[in-house]
Amino acid sequence: MQGLCYVRRERLPHLWCAGCGHGIVLGAVIRAMDRIGLDQDRAVAVSGIGCSSRAVGYLDMDALHTTHGRALAFATGIKLARPDLTVIVLAGDGDLAAIGGNHLIHAARRNIGITCVCFNNGIYGMTSGQYSPLTPTGARASTAPYGHLEREFDLCRVVQAAGASYVARSTTYHIHQTIEYVARALRHHGFAFVEVLSQCPTYFGRGNRMGDPVKMLQWYRERAVTLAQAQRMDPEELRGRVVIGEFHRDEGVPEYTRSYLDLVARLAAGGESR
Amino acid sequence: MPEPRLMQGNEACVQGALQAGLRFFAGYPITPSTEIAEMLAERLPRVGGRFIQMEDEIASMAAVVGASLAGMRAMTATSGPGFSLKQENLGYAAVTETPCVVVNVQRVGPSTGMPTSPAQGDVMQARWGTHGDHPVVVFCPCSVLETYTLTVRAFAVADELRVPVVLLSDEVVGHMRERVVLPDPGILDPGQQPCGGEVPPLVRFGEGRRVMVTGLYHDDAGFWTENPEVADKFIRRLCAKVEKRRRELTLVERWYLEDADVVLVAYGSVARSALRAVRMAREMGKRAGLLRLATLWPFPREEVESVAAGASVMIVPEMNLGQLVGEVERAAGGRCRVVGYSRVDSQLIRPDELLDVLEGV
Repeated sequence: MQGLCYVRRERLPHLWCAGCGHGIVLGAVIRAMDRIGLDQDRAVAVSGIGCSSRAVGYLDMDALHTTHGRALAFATGIKLARPDLTVIVLAGDGDLAAIGGNHLIHAARRNIGITCVCFNNGIYGMTSGQYSPLTPTGARASTAPYGHLEREFDLCRVVQAAGASYVARSTTYHIHQTIEYVARALRHHGFAFVEVLSQCPTYFGRGNRMGDPVKMLQWYRERAVTLAQAQRMDPEELRGRVVIGEFHRDEGVPEYTRSYLDLVARLAAGGESR
Repeated sequence: MPEPRLMQGNEACVQGALQAGLRFFAGYPITPSTEIAEMLAERLPRVGGRFIQMEDEIASMAAVVGASLAGMRAMTATSGPGFSLKQENLGYAAVTETPCVVVNVQRVGPSTGMPTSPAQGDVMQARWGTHGDHPVVVFCPCSVLETYTLTVRAFAVADELRVPVVLLSDEVVGHMRERVVLPDPGILDPGQQPCGGEVPPLVRFGEGRRVMVTGLYHDDAGFWTENPEVADKFIRRLCAKVEKRRRELTLVERWYLEDADVVLVAYGSVARSALRAVRMAREMGKRAGLLRLATLWPFPREEVESVAAGASVMIVPEMNLGQLVGEVERAAGGRCRVVGYSRVDSQLIRPDELLDVLEGV
C-alpha cells in the first residue's frame, strides 16, 4: 500500500468494528498524504472524541486527541502558534456538528489553514448509536426509537456559508474522489472541509435494517449523485439523495494565520500606530 | 533603577506575562478581566506573539493548550462564569501535562451574579472545578505589584512542573491602581531543582518526534491505556509532582505573628483590610496577627499548622460563605479555635468591621 510511512503499524489492529467505514476514510487520508508527499515531521493530526477520534493514533506524526467537540479549537491554537505546520483535524459528525458546531463555523469564518475531514456516519458510535445532527430525518437511533424527527445539517453548506474556502463531499464507496478531495484540501491554503459519509454497520446499519457493510456501501453508490447530475435534477428527485463533489474552492480568500503574520511583519517594520 | 509607575492590577498581569515570555493569548471577553485581553491584543503582535479572541471560553482554553504544545508560552484570562466553562480543558491540560497560565479575576457568582463586583467565590472551583483527581497550583495576589510577581512565577512553575497554573485575582486587585516599581524578573525565578522522573520533558509539536498527546490515561509513550496498574501510577504521579513541591510553592506573609493570640488568615483583596485591622488592633494593645496566603493550592498546611499552635483563635474573613475556612480548620487540627467571617453582598470587607470581629472573639 502507498503511504505506509504515515502509519504507526505497531498500533494495529485498530479498534473500529468489523465493516466500519472509518478505516476506509483513514486509508483515503493516508493515500492523500502520500499523493501530496506530506512531510510527516511537519504535520499535526488533531481529533476530538468518538470512534473517528482514534484515527490520529494510527498516524505516524504529531497527534493530539482532545476533548469532545474541541478539536478545531485546539487546532486553531497549534496553527496560529506554528503556521508552518500542516494541521489536519479528523473528527466525527457529532463532534463537529453538535458539541463543536460553534468551533466549526468560526474556523470556517476565519479561513484558518486547517484541513478538516468529517467522518460522517450519521450516528454516535462510541456511545452506541444515539442520533447526531447528521442522522437523516426518519432514521432510527437508540435515542430516536420511533425515527428521527429533526432535520439533518447539510454540513457542507453550513461551512461554505460560514466562509470555508474549500468544501467537498464524498463517501467511502467513492474512494478515488475521497482521496483526491483530501489531497486537494491538504494543498489548499485556507480552511478546507471534506465530509466523507462512512458506514456504521454496528449501530446505524443494524438499527435501520440496512444489511451488511457491503450493502451499506452499495446504498452510498445508489444514493449518491454528483454535483453535475444534481444541478439537472429538481428538488423532488433529489429528495433522499446525497450530493457529492467539490462544492467550493477559492484560493483568493485571505488565510487567517498569513494575515496575522503580515500584521506582525508590518508592526516590526514600521511600528504602525493603532 | 526602574521608574515607579501608576499601574492597574490587570496591567501588571500583562507586564508580568510578557516579562515571563508570554507569546500566545486566546481569550473571550468577560469583565473584570477584559483589560488583560485588550492590552495583549496590542502588545503581542509587536513582539512576534499571537493574540486571538476565540468564539467562546472553551475554545480559548483549547487554543491555549494547542499553542503551548506547539511551543509558545500561552495564557488565557477570564472571570467566574468563563472559568467554569474552561474547566474541562483545564483538566485536559493537567492530564496532558501542558504548561499554561489561566488568570481568573473573580467576580460575584454563582451564574452571572453581579458583574464587576468583587468576590472570592472561586477558591474551591480553582481546586476542584474540573472532574477527577488532578494537580492544581493556585496563586492569589493581593496587590498590583504582587499580580506582576505572581504572574511571572506562575509561568515559571507551569514550565517547571508542566501544569496549568491559576492566578486567582479578584475584581478589587484587578482594577485598582497602585504606584509600583517592577522588580528585576531574575529575582522572581523560583530556581527549583529539576523534577527528575516525576515531570517528563515536554516534547513540542513540529520537532519531528511524532508525539502522541491524549486526555485519556496514557503510558509513558503517550498512548492510551486501560491497564489499571499504569492508570494508578499515572494519576498518582501527576498529583505527587505538585504535592512534593508544596513547600517551595507555598508563599505566605507573616505579620505580627511572634506573639499573636488572635490571627487573621486572609488572601486576595481582603488581606489588605485584614492587615489594616490587625494594625488597628495592635494600636489598641491587642495581640493580633495576620497570616496572608499568596498560595492557595496546594494549601499551605504547615504554615497554618504552626500559627495555630501559638494562637487561641484564627479568623478567616472571605468574600464567600466560607470556602477556605474549612481547609484552615483542617490544618489547625484542633490546636486553636477557627471561625469564619463572610461577606457575599458584593462589598469588600472593611478594616473596621474586621476590628469588630477581632474584638468579639
